[in-house]
Amino acid sequence: MAEVVFFIAALGVIAGALGTVALRNPFYAVLALVCHLLALAALFLLLRAEFVAAAQVVVYAGAVMVLYVFVVAYVGGERGAMAAPVGPRLKVLSAMFAGALLIELCIAIIGTTVTALDGEGGRFFVGFGTPSEIGRLFLTDFLLAFELASILLLIAAVGAVLLARRRSGLEMAGDLSVADVLRGTHGTQTQAGLETQAEAAGPPGR
Amino acid sequence: MTITWYLTVSAFVFAIGACGVLVRRNPLVILLCIELMLNAANLALVASGRAHGSQDGQVFALIVMVVAACEVAIGLGLIVALFRQRLPIDVDELRELQG
Repeated sequence: MAEVVFFIAALGVIAGALGTVALRNPFYAVLALVCHLLALAALFLLLRAEFVAAAQVVVYAGAVMVLYVFVVAYVGGERGAMAAPVGPRLKVLSAMFAGALLIELCIAIIGTTVTALDGEGGRFFVGFGTPSEIGRLFLTDFLLAFELASILLLIAAVGAVLLARRRSGLEMAGDLSVADVLRGTHGTQTQAGLETQAEAAGPPGR
Repeated sequence: MTITWYLTVSAFVFAIGACGVLVRRNPLVILLCIELMLNAANLALVASGRAHGSQDGQVFALIVMVVAACEVAIGLGLIVALFRQRLPIDVDELRELQG
């Protein structure tokens, strides 16, 4: 039974990964990655990592991917005609590089003398991978990593806000500011005074 | 399923992600492929931790998830800033990140 679930989940993982890489529309690529993440959560459950699987679904597929969806909706897909499509030489070379990487990793994994990998896993106790155990580890053995991770999150949040803010003033022509609307200068000639004949009629000679 | 199977799946996903980073030109999709590689590393960590009956791999995987989320936030902020400046969203066209 575990084998069946493993193969279905592994198929979902690899299919999602291929979809992310191959699909042209970036929105579909994001959706393929969401499928990949959900299948990966199933693999984590098979490895008795319950908290990691839940965090994967809630944080990764739930928050990070939603962020991606928003940005893809804002930025949009590959714009019109690219300067030059990716040449077939680059595609072939990348596929060969990926194949070489895969073969090297498989040699390392399958040919390793680490005998622990030949079994189905080491001894585990009831409560392996539960949130209470992970929490205990975070607060005792890995406290420094935990605190550094929270500082990193703070830095990333501040950095993201700084990167995406508008610079002072408006950079796009035709943008209206609140002051413009209140003053009533939008859509009217800025040279003519408000509520004058000149404003209504426009510049002379037009 | 022995642990080797999980590590092999992780190797596949890592290689696919590496190929995607090289081939795609949209920086959003390149970030997605980097996420693929990070997930492959997570799977390898959890599987190796399980192989030794230790939860350290899972803790490490959670920290990697935190790092990935931070990197995504900054990367997407950069892309949004590029888009606002009307620069082309194409890594082959972008020459500098000034401004």
